[in-house]
Amino acid sequence: MSLLQVLRVAVLAILRNAMRSFLTVLGIIIGVAAVITMVALGEGAQAQVSARFSAMGADLLVLRSGSTRQGGVRGGAGSSLSLSWDDLEAIRTQVPSAQYVAPLLRLNAQVLSEEQNWACSINGTSPEYFDIQEWKLGAGEPFSEVHLSAGAQVAVLGATVADQLFGYQVDPVQQSIRIRNVPFTVLGVLQEKGQSAMGQNADDVVLIPYTTFNKRLERRSQQFVAGEIYVKAVAGKSSECSRAITMLLRERHQLQPGEEDDFSVRDLAEIASARQEGVQTFSLLLASIAAVSLLVGGIGIMNIMLVSVTERTREIGLRMAVGARPVDILSQFLIESMVLSLTGGILGVGLGFFASQRLAEQFQWAMPINPDIIGVAMGFSALVGIVFGIYPAWKASRLDPIEALRHE
Amino acid sequence: MDPTALIRVEKLRKRYDMGDFVVNALDGVDLEVQEGEFVAIMGSSGSGKSTLMNLLGCLAQASEGRYWLNAQEVSRLSSSALAQVRNQTIGFVFQSFNLLRRTSALENVELPLLYAGVGGRERRRRAKQALDRVGLAERTKHAPNELSGGQQQRVAIARALVTRPKLLLADEPTGNLDSRTTEEVLLLLQELSESGMSIVMVTHELDVAEQARRIVTMKDGRIADDRPSPRGGGR
Repeated sequence: MSLLQVLRVAVLAILRNAMRSFLTVLGIIIGVAAVITMVALGEGAQAQVSARFSAMGADLLVLRSGSTRQGGVRGGAGSSLSLSWDDLEAIRTQVPSAQYVAPLLRLNAQVLSEEQNWACSINGTSPEYFDIQEWKLGAGEPFSEVHLSAGAQVAVLGATVADQLFGYQVDPVQQSIRIRNVPFTVLGVLQEKGQSAMGQNADDVVLIPYTTFNKRLERRSQQFVAGEIYVKAVAGKSSECSRAITMLLRERHQLQPGEEDDFSVRDLAEIASARQEGVQTFSLLLASIAAVSLLVGGIGIMNIMLVSVTERTREIGLRMAVGARPVDILSQFLIESMVLSLTGGILGVGLGFFASQRLAEQFQWAMPINPDIIGVAMGFSALVGIVFGIYPAWKASRLDPIEALRHE
Repeated sequence: MDPTALIRVEKLRKRYDMGDFVVNALDGVDLEVQEGEFVAIMGSSGSGKSTLMNLLGCLAQASEGRYWLNAQEVSRLSSSALAQVRNQTIGFVFQSFNLLRRTSALENVELPLLYAGVGGRERRRRAKQALDRVGLAERTKHAPNELSGGQQQRVAIARALVTRPKLLLADEPTGNLDSRTTEEVLLLLQELSESGMSIVMVTHELDVAEQARRIVTMKDGRIADDRPSPRGGGR
């Protein structure tokens, strides 16, 4: 009997019990679709996380005064100032892997325009901060070293603040705003950045020179940086840079070996990879659950094949009487279960594709369907057909023709 | 012993181990059937006639003894080799027809050729020929449930003939038929016999057995009687 004929017999047998076959196949469809959707979901989530972190800035280090947060009962990071302006200068000049260095002093204040007012974060920093954050201006220009050294009353607005203060009609550039009664001239508006990796709105901010911040808004320590230091490492060298900065600062702060750091260095790449790992674990979990449902679908196939063998015992007996060898019977039922599972596999890939696209629209994620996973899913469903079909098929092939012909 | 006999059986025994005791379904049977003979095997139930039929049909292996079919010793063959013997040398006709449901008469008749590896066109040609021979040339497309009992049995006979076997084995071929269709089927078997086909038929009805030319009577797993039919083959 040729393969084509065996296939034809299998398809006819399946169609003879169309409803039952469909329900059996449904188990495989759901299993395969679930695997594909869950894997796509996992990959989408990973892509999303890495996109967010790279938007926030890869190779970014954030330095804070005070002890690390893990260290017992302390006043918390930044509660005691330890990073001096000299430290900042030392990092800039002595750590080659540090590309840009900028301080960041924050306070929350009400910002007033002619028409409106808005509470947001006021950040005092240096022009290098724009490079660190890879932040382009949507309009106007950033403040410069000249503004910095002069302590000029100039500001660059985040997109949200610009909208809130001036709306869409008025061009904020060269307009005047007031922060704590100090007038500032708006030099430019930043491009929209969206949510930061920490979930805050990065655009709800006003950037001013830190010198102006210190002189006009809030008098802070002249010796120490009463805020954070942002460091952009040379691409791919964030951990090297982090180590170099730690060594330099420990030396400058005259810390003995064994003594804890009186500052903290946060490497965003490390946080990113930790998150990535979390997402990976989660998507592996999802895919495993989906794989279990595929397994359940396989058991459904085995069940229905056993029923089919019992129902068709007489037919098997007759086929044997007219010359079917055990291997002919075995291959007939094996092919039948493979046709069931592969049909389920094909339809499942279609459903999984459709479901991932709908989820992608829902979450506004890119959910790439890896062509590999389609192959894997198809191969796996064929395997399910073989694994769960072999026992019923073997059982059929071992029937005694006389008993089978007598079967009622 | 005649080496040219179609069927040659020597001291054939079949034991069934029932756990506590052993049943000797066949207890030393010697039998020869020549090519072209029409033999009826008679006996009450439990006489061993069905067991003998199954052994002659290569559907089971004997516990002891030897069996030559068409000059080939088949009593030591594997189940795959036996399947091939059944396919090429034997045609079966059963009491309950055993046609495949929802499958046309033509496809039912084609089935043995499928396992013989005969190509599609040749298969259909030979199946049509066989159906023509049993007088059902007009019914090739009908499924079994669209045919009468007699017609169904004739389809089954066509299926048995399609591989041009040496031996036709009929197990109570008229058991499920009324008297008129019984007549019809027996007439067909007669015709086949007259055209040279060797037929072995199991029955428990004397008037059916008397259609054959030789009647073998079984009792307690042995041949009790073996003589020509009184009517000498019905005609």
